[in-house]
Amino acid sequence: MAKITLDNLAHSYKPNPATEDDYALKELNHDWVDGEAYALLGSSGCGKSTLLNIISGLLTPSQGRILFDGKDVTNAPTAERNIAQVFQFPVVYDTMTVHDNLAFPLRNRGRDEAYVAERVNEIARMIGMEHMLKRKARGLGADEKQKISLGRGMVRKDVNALLFDEPLTVIDPHMKWELRTQLKKLHHEFGHTMIYVTHDQTEALTFADKVVVMYDGRVVQIGTPEELFERPEHTFVGYFIGSPGMNVIPARVEGSTAHVGGAEIALGQGYGALSGKVEIGIRPEFARLSQSEGLPVKVRRVEDVGRHKIIRADMFGQEINIIAGEDERISPDMNRVAFDPAQVNVYADDWRVKGAA
Amino acid sequence: MNKTVNQKAWFLVLPVLILVAFSAVIPLMTVVNYSVQDTFGNNQFFWAGLEWFEEMLHDDRMWNALKRQLLFSGIILAIEIPLGIFVALNMPKSGFWSSFCLVLMSLPLLIPWNVVGTIWQIFGRVDIGLLGYVLDKLGVDYNYTQDTLDAWITIIVMDVWHWTSLVALLAFAGLKSIPDAYYQAAKIDQASRWKVFRYIELPKMMGVLMIAILLRFMDSFMIYTEPFVVTGGGPGNATTLLSIDLVKMALGQFDLGPAAAFSLMYFLVILLISWVFYTVMVNLDKKGM
Repeated sequence: MAKITLDNLAHSYKPNPATEDDYALKELNHDWVDGEAYALLGSSGCGKSTLLNIISGLLTPSQGRILFDGKDVTNAPTAERNIAQVFQFPVVYDTMTVHDNLAFPLRNRGRDEAYVAERVNEIARMIGMEHMLKRKARGLGADEKQKISLGRGMVRKDVNALLFDEPLTVIDPHMKWELRTQLKKLHHEFGHTMIYVTHDQTEALTFADKVVVMYDGRVVQIGTPEELFERPEHTFVGYFIGSPGMNVIPARVEGSTAHVGGAEIALGQGYGALSGKVEIGIRPEFARLSQSEGLPVKVRRVEDVGRHKIIRADMFGQEINIIAGEDERISPDMNRVAFDPAQVNVYADDWRVKGAA
Repeated sequence: MNKTVNQKAWFLVLPVLILVAFSAVIPLMTVVNYSVQDTFGNNQFFWAGLEWFEEMLHDDRMWNALKRQLLFSGIILAIEIPLGIFVALNMPKSGFWSSFCLVLMSLPLLIPWNVVGTIWQIFGRVDIGLLGYVLDKLGVDYNYTQDTLDAWITIIVMDVWHWTSLVALLAFAGLKSIPDAYYQAAKIDQASRWKVFRYIELPKMMGVLMIAILLRFMDSFMIYTEPFVVTGGGPGNATTLLSIDLVKMALGQFDLGPAAAFSLMYFLVILLISWVFYTVMVNLDKKGM
């Protein structure tokens, strides 16, 4: 296990990148702390797989260095980095038995058979495949094959990091839950550094200690699930995490007041002069439909999604979402929306501005 | 809902039935007809029963041709399959050179059989052929018209030249279908080049390779034109393969009865071996190799 350091790392698939747009992965400095579970979250094409492949050594970055425990491995081949990776589609060696599949990475490294047998049995127990060790991998279902891939990744005790590239895409929903829980358990037990790439926020938030949100080749925020929820550093984080995402409303901010379409919204903090595109962001969870306080809105429709209600409404011509509790009554005369001042974030050119209390 | 009974639908099948009847069933039945009768000029037929079959089964001539045929097919399979895989593994995977190789390799496949035969017939001649002449000048005693071994080497090299591309192209298609993740996983697992071939590439190619083997077997078992043009079945009967022998018997000697019996048995042998192949293939697939 190791600390992984990214030092001025950037990557472009073009031979001569000129502008910043040519980079699939924009310049990045980051330390992956030893033993933590990270999720790399972002929509397709945001550079998260590129970053993962650079860490695993399948791709050499066009700029910057990558260090494992302070040792430069930028140009080291995959085999030397001693990492394990689980891919989106299960990779198993069809003609081998489940046992031989799990033993493969150990045997290739010349470990003795007694040790191999012991490790394989241990891993098989962890992934719940003890009873099918003698079966050929061909003919197993996708989730079983993916379990083998996971097992093959964990069979070596000394791996520097375990990388997952959207490993649960092909798995049935109910198995997803089970495998994710298992992964989390394994992480607690063995304390591997884990990096888990996904575009599914639920997966990211339930699996990881820290979530790294990427957008357009850039890391926009690294934080705990709670931080991402309450203090999105970038409007993309606000919009991408949460269901529905954060309401982002153009506004004019003066001191501790935001002006939207002639009305005033109280902010929890005071702000200096802001330049660029100024917006305020409020999570639907922190907005409340009311009869008397707040700004006028026009309710378009109410969706009952079971555990709560989502209210889609218009505020000064802009759509906003409000979440109301399952038991809350909504009456036709509720045509105002109030915001929790402490939970209103202010953004200038998409990046959050810190206020002063 | 009630199904409408409409017997007119049978007319839709009719064209196919007629086509198959004229292209396969009727000619085959004609052969069956010849094989059980003794035929004289003026279309005089005398019932002979299974006599011709018995005669052919006790005839060394057919057995020797069959042995030569099995040897020929065995040798060309043993060369073309590994060679084709080797070529496919070493081809560029993408880009200009990949397309270039594909076109280059398809060329022999596009040449008509008798032209291939003529090319090699001339190529190997000691007096004017590039290969024969050079070998002769180098002091190698090579003459495919007189030496049995030389004749065999010539027709085998010719077949390898003509058909290895087919195996290579099929194997290449199989290789291309392997997702990158397999190679990446193998790198991470520190698998050697041999293990990548043995546990990833070979299993993934197995399906197309089986088809390649089946095609090459059937084709080589029925080969006629190329060896006939090069050696005419000689020297002596050394390269008289089954179909050459059959043509000699049917058209050279006009022994229609024995030739018909011969061709039916020939057909059954191909059918039998192909069936065995197919069964083995399907079983391998089920068992997982």
